[in-house]
Amino acid sequence: MSEAIIHTEGLRKVYGSKVAVESLDFNVEAGEVFGLLGPNGAGKTTTILMLLGLTEPTSGRARVAGFDPLRQPLEVKRRVGYMPDQVGFYDNLTGVVNLRYTARLAGLDRREADEAITRSLERVHLTHAGDKPVGTYSRGMRQRLAIAEILMKGASIAILDEPTGGLDPQSTREFLELIRSLKKDGMTILLSSHLLELVQSVCDRVALFNNGRIGLTGRVETLLQDVLGGSHWIRVEATGDNLEAAVARVPGVTKVARDGASLRVEATGDLRADIARAVVNAGGNLTMIAAGHASLEDVYTRYFEGVANAA
Amino acid sequence: MRREGSALSGAATVMAKELADNLSSTRMRLLELLIFVSGAGAVYATIGSVKDLAGLVGEDQFIFLRIFTTAKEPLPSFVAFLGFLIPIVSIALGFDAVNSEFSNRTMSRILAQPIYRDALLFGKFMSGLVTLAVVLAALWIFVTGLGILMLGVPPGTNEVVRGFAFLVAAIAYGAVWLALAMLFSIVFRSSATAALASLAVWLLFAFFWQMVVPLITLAIAPPDMFDPMSQLATINVGMGISRISPNTLFGEATQAFLNPETRSLGPVLASQMQGADRGAPLPFDQSLMLVWPQMTGMIASVIVLFTIAYIAFQRQEVRA
Ligand SMILES: Nc1ncnc2c1ncn2[C@@H]1O[C@H](COP(=O)(O)OP(=O)(O)OP(=O)(O)O)[C@@H](O)[C@H]1O
Ligand SMILES: [Mg+2]
Repeated sequence: MSEAIIHTEGLRKVYGSKVAVESLDFNVEAGEVFGLLGPNGAGKTTTILMLLGLTEPTSGRARVAGFDPLRQPLEVKRRVGYMPDQVGFYDNLTGVVNLRYTARLAGLDRREADEAITRSLERVHLTHAGDKPVGTYSRGMRQRLAIAEILMKGASIAILDEPTGGLDPQSTREFLELIRSLKKDGMTILLSSHLLELVQSVCDRVALFNNGRIGLTGRVETLLQDVLGGSHWIRVEATGDNLEAAVARVPGVTKVARDGASLRVEATGDLRADIARAVVNAGGNLTMIAAGHASLEDVYTRYFEGVANAA
Repeated sequence: MRREGSALSGAATVMAKELADNLSSTRMRLLELLIFVSGAGAVYATIGSVKDLAGLVGEDQFIFLRIFTTAKEPLPSFVAFLGFLIPIVSIALGFDAVNSEFSNRTMSRILAQPIYRDALLFGKFMSGLVTLAVVLAALWIFVTGLGILMLGVPPGTNEVVRGFAFLVAAIAYGAVWLALAMLFSIVFRSSATAALASLAVWLLFAFFWQMVVPLITLAIAPPDMFDPMSQLATINVGMGISRISPNTLFGEATQAFLNPETRSLGPVLASQMQGADRGAPLPFDQSLMLVWPQMTGMIASVIVLFTIAYIAFQRQEVRA
């Protein structure tokens, strides 16, 4: 038995002739925030449903908290809190009544449930809305109610599918704060997203997904290093003719791409001085030059570009 | 594969929640209004003619049962009304049972709780059945009360027993339609489609089945003019086909329970029962024996429909 709290081995799911998920192997350690990252249709939701025992894998196996989701679904579901993408509640019932229903299904008795509901609503700042029908809730409030449900259940693992889908930047930030505080409590969190920044900012480790396969798994910094190598990104804002060609001629520059009004330059080192000189010599007006951070987005683009080219 | 835990843990919770939803919904208020007004109307209109029919109250030992079965033009009898309305109530209770969980996007969240799908389906079915039973029992008590008031005599024990058996038959009949509507609520993701499909089946059995039966019968077992045995066979086939319809089963059960003189059953509609010949009444247990196949037939249909629904639901993808 491995130490991992979530563990999959050759997990595979086929819908008709469409392979949704293929030979999936990954581990999530207790207490970490793990991100499944991939474009639409990559197989993230399918993977999550298999982990919860809500969909039967075509082959392969999974273990969640030491249980097989297929044979011991109740044991798994007792320990896992799930927030589906586009989570829904009974709109005509209040937040508290909605939670009370799931609490009873989760096996809490009436008194335990009411205490847990009060506590978890407070935690997600929904106490004021607890007695209003969920129909009157905003999107952000529903997502937080879903988190309250996970807390109330006393789950040690949270599986969140597109947790910030449809949230505005402010709500997203608050939501990420909430996820961090769950992690502080020792909860293991698996989340799926196609939003790279989101994943980069909260996840300890990520798995890059495409076409049902995991391409890369690892810590965010390690991935940056592995995929991008030692490359540097430099952002150049300048006006003038044919600057791209001029910059591209600078020794050490490997790639120049136009990104709106500015240029994104990839180079083997910090060549800001050389690039500035080249722009000025070419008759351009340099207004800004800065070393950029390599982000997960670069990894993502680079990685999937590679995959697409290989295919 | 062996599964741990009880398949039905959580069913009581689901049932309690659904029951509260059912009983507090506007939909239910409307249905109650519909069924009570038409029931009361039919009975009120009937009671006057029952009095005439019996000449004097006290002469007919089953005068109470006549309230249920006698039609007074232009209204059909109370049981004929129920034959129409019970399916509507059942369909209204079941057509969106499962697909509404998908359209609310609550399905995956609920199924992520430590319960089996069995519990959800069974809880929903039971809540529908209890709601139906409550409505029908209330109606039954209401009509009986109305009868006592207007006739001025209480029903005899025998009449109460038969009336109660009729209530049970009505609930079983409703359960068939409930199971059918729930099956459609699983098969069709859109509740409007499920409602339409259920109503289409209801229309078929309520209005067209009696026309369809002879056509099918003649195709399957054409009678030979000169062979009485083959003519008998044709009749039997016709009755068999007719009994595919829950409406026929309910009509026959009603006839045996509420017309104690009934000694044998043909494919007779509830509305045609008034002319049944008046021989000596059968004791209750004999009447029960007579319609035992009809009663078990309805219950078996419920089980079959529920099982199909269960299998369809187990195979369904949870994602909306
Ligand atoms: N019931 C189904 N029948 C057929 N194909 C399906 C079914 N469910 C999913 N798929 C396919 O499986 C693939 C993976 O889908 P999945 O929902 O897991 O992707 P995802 O990564 O969650 O995407 P998104 O970001 O859009 O939510 C998709 O190509 C989808 O078309
Ligand atoms: Mg998805």
